[in-house]
Amino acid sequence: MRSEWNGFVGGQWEKEVNVRDFIQKNFTPYEGDDSFLAGPTQNTNDLWAQVMDLTAKENEAGGVLDMDTKVVSTITSHAAGYLDKEKETIVGFQTDKPFKRSMQPYGGIRMAKKACADNGYTLDPEVEAFFTAHRKTHNAGVFDAYNEDMRRARSYHIITGLPDAYGRGRIIGDYRRVALYGIDFLIEDKKVQKDSTPYTMTADVIRDREELSEQIRALGELKKLAAIYGCDISKPATNVQEAIQAVYFGYLASVKDQNGAAMSLGRTSTFLDIYAEKDLAAGTFTEEQIQEFIDHFIMKLRLVKFARTPEYNQLFSGDPTWVTESIGGVGIDGRPLVTKTSFRYLHTLDNLGTAPEPNMTVLWSTKLPQNFKAYCAKMSIKTSSIQYENDDLMRVSHGDDYAIACCVSSMVVGKEMQFFGARANLAKCLLYAINGGVDEIQKVQVGPKYRPITSEYLDYDDVMEKYKDMMEWLAGLYVNTLNVIHYMHDKYSYEKIQMALHDKEVKRYFATGIAGLSVVADSLSAIKYAKVKTVRDDNGIVTDYIVEGDFPKYGNDDDRVDSIASDLVTTFMNMIRKHHTYRNGVPTMSILTITSNVVYGKNTGATPDGRPAGIPLAPGANPMHGRDSHGAIASLSSVSKLPFSDAQDGISNTFSIIPGALGKEDQVFVGDIEVDIDNF
Amino acid sequence: MKGYIHSIESFGTVDGPGVRYVVFTQGCPMRCLYCHNPDTWATNIGKQMTVEEILDGYRKNREFYSKTGGITVTGGEPLMQTDFLIELFEAAKKEGIHTCIDTSGITYNEKNAEYIKKLDRLLDSTDLIMLDIKHIDNEEHMKLTGQPNEQILAFAKYLEAKNKPVWIRHVVVPTLTYNRKYLNALGYFIGGLKNIKALDVLPYHSMGKVKYEAMGMDYQLKDVPDMDKNELLTAKAMILAGIRKRRKEMAENFADSEKSE
Repeated sequence: MRSEWNGFVGGQWEKEVNVRDFIQKNFTPYEGDDSFLAGPTQNTNDLWAQVMDLTAKENEAGGVLDMDTKVVSTITSHAAGYLDKEKETIVGFQTDKPFKRSMQPYGGIRMAKKACADNGYTLDPEVEAFFTAHRKTHNAGVFDAYNEDMRRARSYHIITGLPDAYGRGRIIGDYRRVALYGIDFLIEDKKVQKDSTPYTMTADVIRDREELSEQIRALGELKKLAAIYGCDISKPATNVQEAIQAVYFGYLASVKDQNGAAMSLGRTSTFLDIYAEKDLAAGTFTEEQIQEFIDHFIMKLRLVKFARTPEYNQLFSGDPTWVTESIGGVGIDGRPLVTKTSFRYLHTLDNLGTAPEPNMTVLWSTKLPQNFKAYCAKMSIKTSSIQYENDDLMRVSHGDDYAIACCVSSMVVGKEMQFFGARANLAKCLLYAINGGVDEIQKVQVGPKYRPITSEYLDYDDVMEKYKDMMEWLAGLYVNTLNVIHYMHDKYSYEKIQMALHDKEVKRYFATGIAGLSVVADSLSAIKYAKVKTVRDDNGIVTDYIVEGDFPKYGNDDDRVDSIASDLVTTFMNMIRKHHTYRNGVPTMSILTITSNVVYGKNTGATPDGRPAGIPLAPGANPMHGRDSHGAIASLSSVSKLPFSDAQDGISNTFSIIPGALGKEDQVFVGDIEVDIDNF
Repeated sequence: MKGYIHSIESFGTVDGPGVRYVVFTQGCPMRCLYCHNPDTWATNIGKQMTVEEILDGYRKNREFYSKTGGITVTGGEPLMQTDFLIELFEAAKKEGIHTCIDTSGITYNEKNAEYIKKLDRLLDSTDLIMLDIKHIDNEEHMKLTGQPNEQILAFAKYLEAKNKPVWIRHVVVPTLTYNRKYLNALGYFIGGLKNIKALDVLPYHSMGKVKYEAMGMDYQLKDVPDMDKNELLTAKAMILAGIRKRRKEMAENFADSEKSE
């Protein structure tokens, strides 16, 4: 065994890149409570005060404190940057200064230019000229290949949020590999992969070889990035501080290389805990020191920033980076993957205060240790900053070393990736079906000129038949639009460092998504169980609906309408499956919007469920606002009926509750009065 | 048979132990000034539901309730529909469901033998009673609810005689019930009961106001502010002081009676 690995239980992971095997052979499950956790050190408090100060200045400056307008961001483009070099135990920023946003033009030069201009900066004209005349971007490639239908669907917002002008993101490098193996080992591994490609130079083989060369070069740059900060990551990490630093350098290289819509971290806490346990046992570091490393690591993740336009921020309601970190879950052997470091990650919400990033995501299982569940509940009530995902559901298809990208997209770390595909607006599609492909807002023929509905009252069978035809059209157009996007993204903005931290043979999910599920389910329910009268404009286009009578509404555990929602998911997914996907991606679908449903709603006319034009759609798979009248469990039950197998990229349900509604405040309630009467 | 149901809440966390499936019955003889569900007062209206329909909603999501929760019937006044409750709870107990009634106790009538017979049968399949005592003083109770409280207090004693587990609930309203004398007296009364498992002190809030406005009714407490959180703790302490006083007296009396023998 290599000397850096002394003290670890060996196995297959020594001979091949296999982080899961390393974790399984070496991690120590923790079933205790949170009493061992250490508070912030003085250095942590000082650094965080500095961050808060810079944040205030950034807000004062209107959202951006500083931007690089000259230097194109690459893995090694900038000199070292620090908050306070003496106090930071984990180092590295995207540029040479914290809060200075980098310039990333490979996704699209116009977007990069606009991001500068909208924030009061001017992109260096030389950079602009270069990326216009000499170096093509992803965005330029896409628009060279789009056909008229695609442009129209995009302009009229029936397909929205497409990653055709910005980085697609949603790829998680296995950053743990940097710590466990060191760069030299990984480069050797990639060289072997490159040498093993088939002899006949088909287009696929040529692309593989070119990409592997890019990956090898990127790994070399990653090593240089560490060197800029005075670190050597050519060899495996030997303690927890080095391991965290190596993982972070891997991640940092990715965000320097890509401005992706979601740049998620993976599943690192239990991996790092193996080093922490070893160091604690050997007396290398104390609990305070280890918590300090974690605090500083999380602090860095909170400071990941991208140069974006106001429209982008409006779509996502803020400036999110989706640094999702998946925590906990249960192994396929039944051992919970909860360790002390799982607690330490969540504890940063106490030590640094609450924050939306990194997006701490607990992989929830009924079999998690009770103490961890209690701690999660406590921290959720306290901070509202934890996301939960159903591990019992995802473990079945993904095993026990998957992570979440963005909000809900699950993928096995280092073995699976996805082509992010935004969303098709199924609510708008229903309106197109009713109006024969004419856009209800702009009154332009956007979809195919199918026969519109001409009756005054909507008939369920008539609507369904036309809706299915329109969905078929939408599915085909949508998949093919994505084919163009991902071809060009690979060609002009390849995620070389993230893919370098993947296996050679990668399973690619071809992720599609839908918006407006609950609006459509309720609309169809209204048409079926109540009477829906159409209101037409002078040209006979339906612009509004009058609902007469009551109808079952999605979100009340009522099978009459819940089944409409489930069927819709399966129907559309099957339509998606009919089409060829780029690089033989495995088609999946998400029912997910956390924030963009507001913008989608703005672009959707009145719907037959009585929703007025422009009103936000419900987020993700949520019932429409105010329509769930039977309480939370009935509402959650409706959502839980949606078939995961046909929405494998994830189903989101945004749920907020006031603490008082979760139970009694114990200061007022006296249970077991015989005991309490004497203690009060 | 069918019951008159106002609505069902699938995620009840404040109406009994654990997560509860809460059934709101329609109809109530009380007219509490602070009632936040005036839409449950009228009788013989509302949705008519069978026991099976109600239990189906529970069964579908049993996992959420079965560990520590159960079914709570509240209202309205559930005991106005005793026959229906008997059928519901007997069916529920067959499935091992924890059953709870949240009641004002106003319908209690010891002189009506048939009523008592039914009540006894219902209590056999009831695990917990949450008894709302609105006011300990009879005159004030009249003013607050439009009904006297004698039957309610008699019901409390009846439940004690049957040794039925009871939680006492009491809403503290500024100016109306937030008063040391009354809260002590309430505690003193509770202290004399040996079957009380918990005390649930609830702060008055004005969230019901909108419903009155929507229903075109006059909201009589419009000038009464919401109950302050800290004062609520004081109110609780007052009640507990009353309980403690009664318990102490009982212990002394017990000692005295032993001595005299």
